[in-house]
Amino acid sequence: MSGNEDVTHLEEELPLQPLPLDAWHRAKGARMVGFAGYHMPIQYEGIMAEHSWTREHAGLFDVSHMGQLTFSDDSEGRGVDDALEQLLPSDIKGLKPFRQRYSMLLDEEGGILDDLMVSRVGDGAFDGADIYMVVNGATKYDDIGWVIEHLPDEVVMNHMDEQALLALQGPEAGEAMAALVPGTADLLFMQSGLFEWRGVPLWISRSGYTGEDGFEISLPADDAKLLADALCELPQVKPIGLGARDSLRLEAGLPLYGHDLTPAVSTIGADLGFAIQKRRREEGGFIGHARVMKELAEGPGSRRVGLKIDGRLPAREGANIFAGDVLVGEVTSGGFAPTVGAPIAMGWVSLPHAAIDTALEIEVRGKRIAATVAPMPFVPHRYRRKA
Amino acid sequence: MSRYFTEEHEWIDVEDEIATVGITDYAQEQLGDIVFVELPVEGATFDKGDDAAVVESVKAASDVYAPISGEVVEANGALEDEPALVNSDAEEDGWFFKLRITDASELEGLMNEAAYKKFVASL
Repeated sequence: MSGNEDVTHLEEELPLQPLPLDAWHRAKGARMVGFAGYHMPIQYEGIMAEHSWTREHAGLFDVSHMGQLTFSDDSEGRGVDDALEQLLPSDIKGLKPFRQRYSMLLDEEGGILDDLMVSRVGDGAFDGADIYMVVNGATKYDDIGWVIEHLPDEVVMNHMDEQALLALQGPEAGEAMAALVPGTADLLFMQSGLFEWRGVPLWISRSGYTGEDGFEISLPADDAKLLADALCELPQVKPIGLGARDSLRLEAGLPLYGHDLTPAVSTIGADLGFAIQKRRREEGGFIGHARVMKELAEGPGSRRVGLKIDGRLPAREGANIFAGDVLVGEVTSGGFAPTVGAPIAMGWVSLPHAAIDTALEIEVRGKRIAATVAPMPFVPHRYRRKA
Repeated sequence: MSRYFTEEHEWIDVEDEIATVGITDYAQEQLGDIVFVELPVEGATFDKGDDAAVVESVKAASDVYAPISGEVVEANGALEDEPALVNSDAEEDGWFFKLRITDASELEGLMNEAAYKKFVASL
């Protein structure tokens, strides 16, 4: 018995670095794999059990592999906003303190270099920086190179590689987080704040990558174990690995960079146009604007879609999608969806075949299986939008 | 009846000319939650080492090889309805298929249980 098909996308090449919580994961019984240049926990008790636990209670994810960046202006001006509006298609000038937005880095042709979260800092967090950004782990060094190349001299970027990032996700994440940090009860989806817990500064945002309510907590790496232990002592919380993180985000319809998003695809085709606010579309002034406007006017060549699969056989990344005899697309993420109870997939399909309810076929090991273009998310989001 | 093991983490029970094939408990543990098993059809013939079945866990698809040459006389239909049987009972009810053995000499190089345990411990 051995692995086949290029589906072990959670595993990459050496050399691997340890996360700040490496020993903690191993002590919790994690199976470690290489991902984004780090030894990371893929599972503890099992992907299905961890997935379900997160949907029903609260899961703690170590996402310290992700890149945490801050931006400050040496000259005390608004240089950061101007510079970031060059780099990002999103409205940065209108981003209020403690608010967070989903955005991305685009190349000159409008291809997606990375997707990311950007927040306006407040209360002097991160040494008084203006902007805090979280980018993908596997792309962080490329991102940093790209960003530095495009930043004016007065804007200083800091890569906080001594900072850990934990995510607490699930319907019971709110009560678990509030048990340690009561002030977080007032946060709504995509809001953040600076909190203190046992003398440790925590920058907490209400956001995540599972479709559930939850938080992402940035804190000094040296204090990560203390917080992880305190959270896991709560009855609602268990540690959850990368395997369930992937199945949870797929059910939530959230794209995974390097798979569903690449430099070969565009924002509009990816159905991420919501990240480009009206003023930015009209005024432009960001790298990749021409592609966005062209595709808004003419439509993209292909679209990122959800796919419901008939039967039990999972269709995985790389599988070809057909309409009759015509190759119309490719699966970019796929697998068994524990909450749905069936296989699901995300893929890119040429525009004429991308409408909801379009019947298609996916080729798996020489066999065609029936699939239908489906709305995403597959499992409804349960973000906390109102108090 | 004797039980043999392969380095590909399959087990083979041999009774007369029929070999029952499954994956080991170690293998199912490594794969994690199994969500689909693709079985060979009755009458299919395999040479030793051919791809004979596919087991899909939540995270990946893996081949199951024919550990010896033979003709499929039965596949375990229970796995189609309940693939998780491979997780819960890999070395008994979670068997994959039965082969009519064409060359019994191929069994000679395989491990017994003690040797397989030692092999797994060395991994």
